[in-house]
Amino acid sequence: MGDAMDILGLMKLGDRGSVESRKTPKDVVKKPDGVHREVYALTGGLPPIMPTLDPASTKKRPAPTKKISWQWLSFSTTARTDNLQLYHWVQVMDGLQPSGDYAFAKYNKGVNGVRYTDEEYNQLLVDPNWSREETDRLFDMCEQFDLRFIIIADRFSSPCTIEELKHRYYSAAKSIIQARAGPNDDLSEHAFFKVIAEARRITETRLKAKDIEEAQVSTRPARHVDTTPTSPTFSSTTGDISFLPVPVTVACTTSVQVTPVHISSSAPPSTPVLTPAPASGSAAPPSVGPRPPRVYLRGAWLTQQIHFVVSPSGVRTAKRVDQILEEYRVQSKPNVPTATVCAEHLELRRELLNLLQLQKQVQYKETELAILRDNPCAGSSATPNTPKRFHRGLENERVSTRATPAAAESEDFPGSGERVTKREYKRKALARFQETPTSPPYHKRGRKLKGSES
Amino acid sequence: MSQAVVGKKYGIEQTEVSAIQRMQRVKIARLVDDNDKKPMVGRIKGVEITVPIVYGSISFWLGKKAAESTHKWTTYVRSATNEDLSVLIKKVVFQLHPSFEKPTRTADAAPFELSESGWGEFEIGITIYFHPDVGEKPMELFHHLKLYADDETIPQTTKKPVVVESYDEIVLSDPMEASFGRLRNHPAVRVTGNPPSQLALPVGENSLERRGCDTKDHALAQWFLKHSETEDMNSLTAVRQQVYAAAAKLKKDLGSLEGEILRIRATTR
Repeated sequence: MGDAMDILGLMKLGDRGSVESRKTPKDVVKKPDGVHREVYALTGGLPPIMPTLDPASTKKRPAPTKKISWQWLSFSTTARTDNLQLYHWVQVMDGLQPSGDYAFAKYNKGVNGVRYTDEEYNQLLVDPNWSREETDRLFDMCEQFDLRFIIIADRFSSPCTIEELKHRYYSAAKSIIQARAGPNDDLSEHAFFKVIAEARRITETRLKAKDIEEAQVSTRPARHVDTTPTSPTFSSTTGDISFLPVPVTVACTTSVQVTPVHISSSAPPSTPVLTPAPASGSAAPPSVGPRPPRVYLRGAWLTQQIHFVVSPSGVRTAKRVDQILEEYRVQSKPNVPTATVCAEHLELRRELLNLLQLQKQVQYKETELAILRDNPCAGSSATPNTPKRFHRGLENERVSTRATPAAAESEDFPGSGERVTKREYKRKALARFQETPTSPPYHKRGRKLKGSES
Repeated sequence: MSQAVVGKKYGIEQTEVSAIQRMQRVKIARLVDDNDKKPMVGRIKGVEITVPIVYGSISFWLGKKAAESTHKWTTYVRSATNEDLSVLIKKVVFQLHPSFEKPTRTADAAPFELSESGWGEFEIGITIYFHPDVGEKPMELFHHLKLYADDETIPQTTKKPVVVESYDEIVLSDPMEASFGRLRNHPAVRVTGNPPSQLALPVGENSLERRGCDTKDHALAQWFLKHSETEDMNSLTAVRQQVYAAAAKLKKDLGSLEGEILRIRATTR
């Protein structure tokens, strides 16, 4: 009730009072000259410190002395060779027309091409991949299009890649110039040679960068690959190895019963690597990082060890290892975690990591090979217009069955002259290289592809 | 007083006079965290004790006439070879669902098990307390109590229980001298390593302990599952073999690719 009173009754009185009082304090600010009221209010109602634009200065400047008019005139340019007469608006001052060449003619820079004579062709330029007509046509187009190879490649009769055209043109030009040049001429100054040298330099730096990258990649797995089967070096350092005969014999008996000879030869060297690790508290070998707690459950301890071994390689490889284990129907955590089983499991994971790294290396090498093949020669066989792309699929197949086709395809590899795009370097997938004659869109190499290897 | 010290550390009642006597004979290492440096006082280096255990549950359906508790189940920790575990384990504490009355149940003696009736599945927390002379912290495990079989097509029967068991191995590395003597010759225990022969370790001290019982003749022994490592080993070695072969092949490929690359580089340069 009091609220209603407030709203209705008292409020009205209050309003009246305030309304009356409101008129007094706030005067309407006087509008100064030349500036709008709102603009004045921006500065807080005070005059600005800096002088604003003087209205007087915005008045019209004194009229230009000369008389300017515009005319629609024809013009000619030295950039054209056909005497075409074009028209444009021109500013005419005092009746004088502008003199001089067309303003943009100076940008028409051309390229001084070379042209061979028949003799020169027969002597120097005969190439099994290139017919005389094709070479003629190429040189014509180079002259016509000022060595704009993109256009030339587009209009060229047979489907050649830009690199192939360039290679043919520049190597032909190089031979011609070298043949024509006297002993005194400095050939390296010629524009062509600079281009050729530049191209060579670029490819070399690219290859070198890849070599360096590869060297880094290959040193990392070397530790994984080599230590386990071959070198029990730290066995000499720790004094605790005296108990080795016991687990070794256990491992030997189980493995000999089950597997062929070559595995049992690798199992004993590997188990000594692992059994010192959980057992010896004081002298833990450097390859196993986490110290085992004093009392532990072997299953839990194995999980810790796995994590230590696999996680440095990244989440993706860890998942890949798990995936492969699943494909083979091996439990991520063994059902019966005895010492030998745990050791085997850990070894298996290490070997899988190694395998994945090897696959990556093989991929790198194959792509490198592809690049090398493209660079020197102009394509051994008729290559399609669009660059072929690799088609990769991640499929749920056995590793062993995949290894054989991968090996077979790498043999076919050299003959195909494939092209690789940069993104494929980054792929860590378990891949199969395959040609797709229809050159499907690039994103089709998704992981979910099954049965695509037909 | 070492007795009081141990009591405070482990929070267990001191009923084992014999164990304490043995403790007083040997210096006790102060327990630090597992991953810190281990004081090796009173421990036998280079020796590892493995005790394979099985823990799990067996659950019987009580039939159609059952009331709210539809199942009678037993959860337990036993030796994988059904030997007596009381040589190592002092007691096992089972932590049940809060809806149970007094959800913390203790098994002070072998067989370390707990039987109850109920209707729900939940996670049981199992804490294994070792004897004081073992000198280790209690070990925690978890087991999901399973009452209903996976295969829903087969109707429930009172005759066959649902059994879930997990195999694992308790590993004591560098065990305490005090308990080592008692443990080394016990059938439930496997010793790996080279125990120093010069230690005058008493052998066969079972007389001082109360006679535990093993689970060989347990009422539920017929339902115990067999845990053998052969299956795991077989699959692992088979896979390792394949991986080995695949890796060898890849190495060969790598070598030939390298050779090819070098050859091409040699010819073009």
